[in-house]
Amino acid sequence: MKLKSLLLFLVGAFVFSIFSTAMAASGTIKIAYIDPLSGGFGDVGDAGQKHFQFMADKIKAEGGFLGGMNFEIVPFDNKISAKESLVQLKHAIDQGIRFITQGNGSSVAGALIEAVKKHNRRNPDKTVLYFNYAAVTPAFTQSKCDFWHFRFDAHVDMKIAAITDAIKDTPSIKKVYLLNQDYVFGHAVSAAAKKMLKVKRPDIKIVGDTFHPILKVKDFSPYVAKIRKSGAQAVITGNWGADMSLLGKGVNESGLKASFYTFYAGGLGTPSTMGKAMDGLRQVTEWHDNLSVEENRPFDQKFRKAYNDKFSNGGKAPWYYGRIRTMMEMLVKAFNKAGSTDPKAVAYALEGMEHTTYYGKVVMGRKDHQLLQPLYISRFTKTDGKMVKYDRENTGYGPTTEFKTDALDTATPSSCKMKRP
Amino acid sequence: MEFYVISLLNSLVFGMLLFMLSSGLTLIFGMMGVLNFAHASFYMLGAYLGYQVSVFIGFWPALVIAPILVGIIGAGIERYGLRTVHKYGHVAELLFTFGLAFMIEELILLIWGRVALNYQVPASLDFTIFKLFESDFPAYRVFMLVVSVTMFVALYLMLTRTRTGIIIQAALTHAEGVGMLGHNVPRVFMIVFGGGSALAGLAGVIGGNYLVTSPSMAILLGPIVFVVIVVGGMGSLTGALIASLLIAALQTFAVGYDYSLVDLLTLFNIELGSEPLFPDLWRIKIENTGPLLPYLLMVVMLIFRPKGIMGERES
Repeated sequence: MKLKSLLLFLVGAFVFSIFSTAMAASGTIKIAYIDPLSGGFGDVGDAGQKHFQFMADKIKAEGGFLGGMNFEIVPFDNKISAKESLVQLKHAIDQGIRFITQGNGSSVAGALIEAVKKHNRRNPDKTVLYFNYAAVTPAFTQSKCDFWHFRFDAHVDMKIAAITDAIKDTPSIKKVYLLNQDYVFGHAVSAAAKKMLKVKRPDIKIVGDTFHPILKVKDFSPYVAKIRKSGAQAVITGNWGADMSLLGKGVNESGLKASFYTFYAGGLGTPSTMGKAMDGLRQVTEWHDNLSVEENRPFDQKFRKAYNDKFSNGGKAPWYYGRIRTMMEMLVKAFNKAGSTDPKAVAYALEGMEHTTYYGKVVMGRKDHQLLQPLYISRFTKTDGKMVKYDRENTGYGPTTEFKTDALDTATPSSCKMKRP
Repeated sequence: MEFYVISLLNSLVFGMLLFMLSSGLTLIFGMMGVLNFAHASFYMLGAYLGYQVSVFIGFWPALVIAPILVGIIGAGIERYGLRTVHKYGHVAELLFTFGLAFMIEELILLIWGRVALNYQVPASLDFTIFKLFESDFPAYRVFMLVVSVTMFVALYLMLTRTRTGIIIQAALTHAEGVGMLGHNVPRVFMIVFGGGSALAGLAGVIGGNYLVTSPSMAILLGPIVFVVIVVGGMGSLTGALIASLLIAALQTFAVGYDYSLVDLLTLFNIELGSEPLFPDLWRIKIENTGPLLPYLLMVVMLIFRPKGIMGERES
């Protein structure tokens, strides 16, 4: 008897699952979100997923695309490993998902680009399209560019171009120190900074070019002592996660006065661990909390509040990825323009697409699939209720724009030679 | 000069924090023969409880309450978990603590979530205590140093001057003999395990805001603690102290030296061609290897002196 009812249940569940996937296929486009959802970077991946979920809900509430279709975000935990990501990609493809997105880790992104490329060559009738929202190794839209990959974040060279432009206009900076994590990303930051500073400010001396093992340093005070010894007025660092938090804390404790140009001081989860050590740090991003105040965009303030009310856990993990909003808005446009849900048609529609965000025009590169968007260098200071209205992660410190690079000015020469299907 | 003085002080502070963490582990190992994989998890638990208590009633009560709570949890785990597994031998105990580490991490994720905590140095200790050349030296570092030194002295006196300490020391080497004399050895085990956990908890309370309090903190600090007790000699408190200070100094000072193998060869007038074999290997600087040096030290130690600096056991 028991066995019979179990069988009945299984058959029922099977039939139901067939029906539900068939029903889903008619009205929703699934996007596989392949990022870490457990382990040390689980919080970052979790917040990213919420960003996508919020945008998917918003698009649904606004009527969807292609006459009422919607996005469904399907999370896959890749444990930030390239190998695990390929397994998860396979699962996603097996479930019939044709669009994937990922952001954390260039090693993961590199593996996914290759895997998607291979899959599409072998299965031209079941192609997959990959949207990269945060992996910033320049090669992905240059020498290793691929038709099936689109990047919505500015890559290392673009961010360093913005930082070095800001340094160029600051005559008091005569010595620069480079402190980075010892892996491909950190080396890319260091190489780009050295190259660009040499051209833009030949008088600047690079007084230090240090690489430290990634996520192994517990106490940054020896590095801070070394920076002080070098006499640098500015430090450029691509450090993220605990490497950024601990560096920030070490700097703050020692009273070192150098200007820190960082990629990820405001990165998810980093400000809350730094607290008052946020004071004075600079970041280069495509969006920040007080942009809406500076440029008077009440829509964005409402948007930020809506997200934070729903997903930020009392302000602890507020909206961060401005580019996810841009990406999802552009996808809606691309599906509508393509008039189809075929990844190839969507990719062709996305190429060269111009889109107007709250903060001006952005362009998806036709030749290299790299998004050009304005970049802002902002500095963290205590909130004052006026221009520094919003803080980051309840720290009491919020960003203000110091320097802006327009979308088209962020373009860097690209060596991309893409094969089109 | 400035660099050396500052680095010396910093390495002292970090070394004492390491010692606080490893002292409990080395005692537990010395006594019970169990390598407690969950030890760093007790450190993490200490940081989270310290944060929670300090949110409710302030940092100073947290400094006392959180380690006691961690100690009670540790003693409970020994009494109702480890002790039942004990009869199946060391492998079972090892696996038990291994699983325990995951359990504690998942528990912390369930209660406090994935996001790192905003656990900051208390305002009363958040000032510059003195200026060293150009650098500010934060009062909190001095405080950490004071706490850890006090703890070491207290622990040392307790182990060598009190009756309980003498029984513990005796049980370290001659557990059966101590049992024969009528002492409750399982209870001594429980006290040591609880006490060791409490020490890790204390390190968590004062290290959590100094470093970062996040669910990955145990994984980040775990391996280095094992290095400390292997290098120091398993079961030896003094060994753990020396090893902690040595490892902290090694890491801190390595950063100051940007010599590579190329420089070493130049010293002997050997020149590498423009494209040598393994180009990266020759260019690695000492400063890059700083955080990896302890592991190298451990390997060298295991080859040449497997019992560690002050260890007494050969195996």
